[in-house]
Amino acid sequence: MPMTLRAGLLLLLPAFLLLAALFLLPIGWFLLDSFREFATWAELWEEAEAVLLSGAVGRSLVNTGWIGAVVTGLTLVIGYPMSYAMSRARGWAFTLILLCIVLPYFTSTIVRTYAWMVLLGRNGLVNQILVGTGIVAEPLPLLYNRLGVVIGMTYVLLPYMVLTLYAAMKAVDARLMQAAEGMGATPVQVFRRVFMPLTLHGVVAGVLITFILAIGFFVTPALMGGPSDVMVAMLIEREVEITQNWPAAAMMTVVLLVVTLTLYAVYSRFAEPGEAAR
Amino acid sequence: MMGPVLRATLLKAMVAILCAGMLAPIVIVAIASFSGDGYLKFPPESLSFRWYERFLGDPRWRQAIANSLMIAAMASVLSTTLGFLAAYAMLRARLPMKRVIAALLLTPVIVPHVITAVAVYFLSSRLGLVGSRPWIAVAHSVVALPVVLVILQSALRTVDPALERAAMVFGCTRWGVFRRVVLPIALPGVVSAALFAFLTSFDELVISIFLAGFRSETLPVRIWNSLLLEVEPTIAAVSTLLIAVTALALGIDALLRRLRGGVGAAPAR
Repeated sequence: MPMTLRAGLLLLLPAFLLLAALFLLPIGWFLLDSFREFATWAELWEEAEAVLLSGAVGRSLVNTGWIGAVVTGLTLVIGYPMSYAMSRARGWAFTLILLCIVLPYFTSTIVRTYAWMVLLGRNGLVNQILVGTGIVAEPLPLLYNRLGVVIGMTYVLLPYMVLTLYAAMKAVDARLMQAAEGMGATPVQVFRRVFMPLTLHGVVAGVLITFILAIGFFVTPALMGGPSDVMVAMLIEREVEITQNWPAAAMMTVVLLVVTLTLYAVYSRFAEPGEAAR
Repeated sequence: MMGPVLRATLLKAMVAILCAGMLAPIVIVAIASFSGDGYLKFPPESLSFRWYERFLGDPRWRQAIANSLMIAAMASVLSTTLGFLAAYAMLRARLPMKRVIAALLLTPVIVPHVITAVAVYFLSSRLGLVGSRPWIAVAHSVVALPVVLVILQSALRTVDPALERAAMVFGCTRWGVFRRVVLPIALPGVVSAALFAFLTSFDELVISIFLAGFRSETLPVRIWNSLLLEVEPTIAAVSTLLIAVTALALGIDALLRRLRGGVGAAPAR
């Protein structure tokens, strides 16, 4: 039943108070307080330049962008056929694909990371198979390096890509493709001229959401990476927990926050409503 | 040029392999957790419960289970309650800037958890709240709220406004309408939302790392602390417990979905 504006705002108030008290205000306070020790803008700017362009932070920013891009590319390549099959499947086949996506999706990130640490370790299953079948003589270093981070993050983020692509693909009217076929298009043409253009916005949304989540990643790279695979989220954690250098943490936070929110604004234009939290 | 049948078969085979690959790591860890060998071998040479005995025999792990359950239960109740009120308002009230409000309510899943965690830690250390379990639950509610909102908005959409109006006409108060019409129809969705809020908090790691302190380590935090030192097999048993909780939650949700859209549901639009 229709509700007055006042009643509506009253019902929204508790959720907003929670959001304000434990999300918006703490982030604002943390940033402002960390920057207060600089008397002038020039001083702040100078320090920001020194921090952000320093070797360690600069490298971590490059790592973050690079790893984020590679992982996003991989999830797209692997996720596209999966979501395509899911959007065309019916009955038990659909349920089966869904289960294979959703069970990992809702399993704790640290559990999924641990699973890959077990698989990729020196005596892990992957190396056992590779050595056992004689493909390699020595166990390969698959963990505690860039390769480990990319494998782990791709696995953790794949469900987000698949579910976003699926949302766009299931919305495609099958009759459009039948019509194209009826008028003599080959399957490849149907795919290239009808299906792909109609699902392109889903690809953009999937790429954006995966990249957004990837550049904020912390758990998987911290556990599966080596010393040269530090990502910016890990540095933020270190500055706070170990060196307690709040201004440096705040500067990196601003960079990460600005990039994330900008991409989110673009994402909102492409995604199906409510896609992000599902 | 490939024939269409061949192409369809290739696609099916590829998807089957990819799907198996998605499940494999989880299944392998679950099986390996029952290994009786000195380290995690797959397939295990002998089976035993030794890693479960070590896991459940350790008071620190037991305390972590208790902490996780307690925090997740509190976070689930809080976020579901607040989320229900907000979802109802978003659906029924004519709000200005609805899109902006909706986007704002969803930001906690977009902003990297490290940022939320550092900011809440900054606040909590000043208020002396690091290590407080109810406080961790409140912090988890922030990231559970978007999840709850999405589920409840779709669940509440099945409540036909005409039924609410009819109840009003027959003399129901607003509270009566809510208790006797809205809540019963939306109940399966509400339980689903509470379930996923529980799961979100139960699995949350990054905020917990900062807020747990020494007293309130949750299961994921305990896994994290122990993985930083070494990849020990006990973690396989702990992981299997977490996977089982997830599978159970998904199973209950699947049952609830069948109940949704039953009596009193709005006709499909």
